[in-house]
Amino acid sequence: MAGTLAEKVWEAHLVRRGADGSPDLLYIDLHLVHEVTSPQAFEGLRLAGRQVRRPDLTIATEDHNTPTLDIDLPIADLTSRTQIDTLRNNAREFGVRIHSLGDADQGIVHQVGPQLGLTMPGLTVVCGDSHTSTHGAFGALAFGIGTSEVEHVLATQTLPLSPFKTMAITVNGQLPPGTTSKDIILAVIAKIGTGGGQGYVLEYRGEAIRNLSMEARMTVCNMSIEAGARAGMIAPDETTFEYLKGRPHAPEGADWDAAVEYWKTLRSDDDAEFDAEVVLEASDLEPFVTWGTNPGQGLPLSASVPVPEEIADANERVAAERALEYMGLEGGTPLRDVKVDTVFIGSCTNGRIEDLRSVAKVIQGRKKADDVRVLVVPASARVRIQAEAEGLDVIFKEFGAEWRNAGCSMCLGMNPDQLAPGERSASTSNRNFEGRQGKGGRTHLVSPLVAAATAVRGTLSSVSDLDLPGHVDLTTFDGTPLTPLEAPSFV
Amino acid sequence: MEKFTTHTGVGVPLRRSNVDTDQIIPAVYLKRVTRTGFEDALFAAWRGDPSFVLNQEAYSNGSVLVAGPDFGTGSSREHAVWALKDYGFRVVLASRFADIFRGNSGKQGLVAGVVAQEDIELLWKILETKPGTEVTVDLEARTVHADDVTVPFQIDDYTRWRLMEGLDDIGLTLQNEADITAFEATREAWRPKTLPAKHLPSVPVEPARPVS
Ligand code: SF4
Repeated sequence: MAGTLAEKVWEAHLVRRGADGSPDLLYIDLHLVHEVTSPQAFEGLRLAGRQVRRPDLTIATEDHNTPTLDIDLPIADLTSRTQIDTLRNNAREFGVRIHSLGDADQGIVHQVGPQLGLTMPGLTVVCGDSHTSTHGAFGALAFGIGTSEVEHVLATQTLPLSPFKTMAITVNGQLPPGTTSKDIILAVIAKIGTGGGQGYVLEYRGEAIRNLSMEARMTVCNMSIEAGARAGMIAPDETTFEYLKGRPHAPEGADWDAAVEYWKTLRSDDDAEFDAEVVLEASDLEPFVTWGTNPGQGLPLSASVPVPEEIADANERVAAERALEYMGLEGGTPLRDVKVDTVFIGSCTNGRIEDLRSVAKVIQGRKKADDVRVLVVPASARVRIQAEAEGLDVIFKEFGAEWRNAGCSMCLGMNPDQLAPGERSASTSNRNFEGRQGKGGRTHLVSPLVAAATAVRGTLSSVSDLDLPGHVDLTTFDGTPLTPLEAPSFV
Repeated sequence: MEKFTTHTGVGVPLRRSNVDTDQIIPAVYLKRVTRTGFEDALFAAWRGDPSFVLNQEAYSNGSVLVAGPDFGTGSSREHAVWALKDYGFRVVLASRFADIFRGNSGKQGLVAGVVAQEDIELLWKILETKPGTEVTVDLEARTVHADDVTVPFQIDDYTRWRLMEGLDDIGLTLQNEADITAFEATREAWRPKTLPAKHLPSVPVEPARPVS
């Protein structure tokens, strides 16, 4: 029978098919754990006298609560410190591998899996975090789970699940200069809405997706959840295999060959049927920014803030009014005139080495706008090390940016990096909800290129507003002061 | 999870409808890392009021909550069930529950029984005229008995079976442990293992410092 990519991975993990309407039991290949959603799961095990069934399929790291400054000092916030200490104790007690603050493989959980080569095509990957969809970029079925499900996976390495529906999102053509995969996903969310993906696994395909680097694909899959989807996936190809090969946990020798042979079968059959389909033309895309308080409230940068009175749908009009009030914006203001206080470059959406390289390329030799605070936060300590080996940190510092240690940082107001009430940011992260980056903070979601240009000009800007020579290539950095990439050749 | 067949305990009349999970346990308590000890958080906003039902001597050790319609609406936090259980409640009766709350209750061993609103009113009357009255909940027969009144309650067959067998989700899955073990034997060698850990060369990580 013809099947979609998601269905193939699902079928390959069926421990037991549910009888008449009850859920299927699915095997979980990889379980990522962090400090926020795991404490009660471990305690549940302890109370029931249960063990972690497969510590060898489980890995933990610290990210949400970790500070990005002074990481060698005790964590000041008591709640944060307690959560992290609890994770460390649980990892020790239950024999789970952990990468703690100060370790080169500490970082945002969705970067740690891929960089260690643990995330691969054809796996089921879960984590108590909604952005687990990131790992779908490899052709894995990856989704976020709640605390009681975390406990369930720890105890049984399985999950009872009801099948998802599938949606194909085809992006044809080529991205125009100055646009990135972030603009693709923001445009997708604006098109289908924040609830448009509910109950679906999204599969991204088409020429524009095929041409993306592995890291750019992760950005797309990462934000699937912002369209309400359970997961996002991209069929694996040579780009995927090349990214994986040689990573610490990538298969070797005959195992590698067997794996690649299998991975090549992981694509939706030509006659597979999706429950829904969406088509986008990449050549129509422009740099996208959000103006409101959910990721679906986005527009091309060349547009103006919407005027609520002109919105036909009554619910959307009320939502827009509310959002504009919170954001402190007037309808009709050109988005390019919106002045920001802070630029945040980081998170599991856009805190990877390619993102940092593209930002460095834009800002090299320039100074940040006065009165703008610029934070550059690598997704993992390994990304930071790599960036420093390439000299990117020097470019950031000369620009006037703060170069931080790894973590979720200003993506969410859980650690010391927060917006003050009323403070406005251009942020490469994934959520612009009220208070997400700190109480009263105002977030505009943008791509790394827009973030960089905005940091230069102080208002929402794209690289076309700067006199940059030619097309900025996201995947390479050919600026002169860089030392060539040496081993490790990846992060 | 403890098996549940019948339970007898003091009934607590909670004459409020639409009790949402934020009222059952306010968000500030969600930062905790424990799974037990939420008894102080239960109805925290109301507990400061001396006239609140749980602050009255006769009801303070209650274990059967008789509430108004639409109990447990709002955010899906599992803590709401933990708080009720930690306080000592084994049963909540109402004429309507929010779906997620009812689902969470079944999984955590709290009986959420649906009782017709007129029967709820009857129970309230008994419990209020004779504070401290014990209520017997018979899961097998699906009845509630208080004073000289016996009324029926509804609970779906599957949840009832699970509660009577004392099976939580994990316990249920582990009934199929042989299937899991059999599946594990078929997993290909290329699938990754986190242990033994493989690393890139270790490199010291410099702490970033605040810029002055
Ligand atoms: S970076 Fe943000 S979205 Fe990603 S895991 Fe951390 S808090 Fe969640």
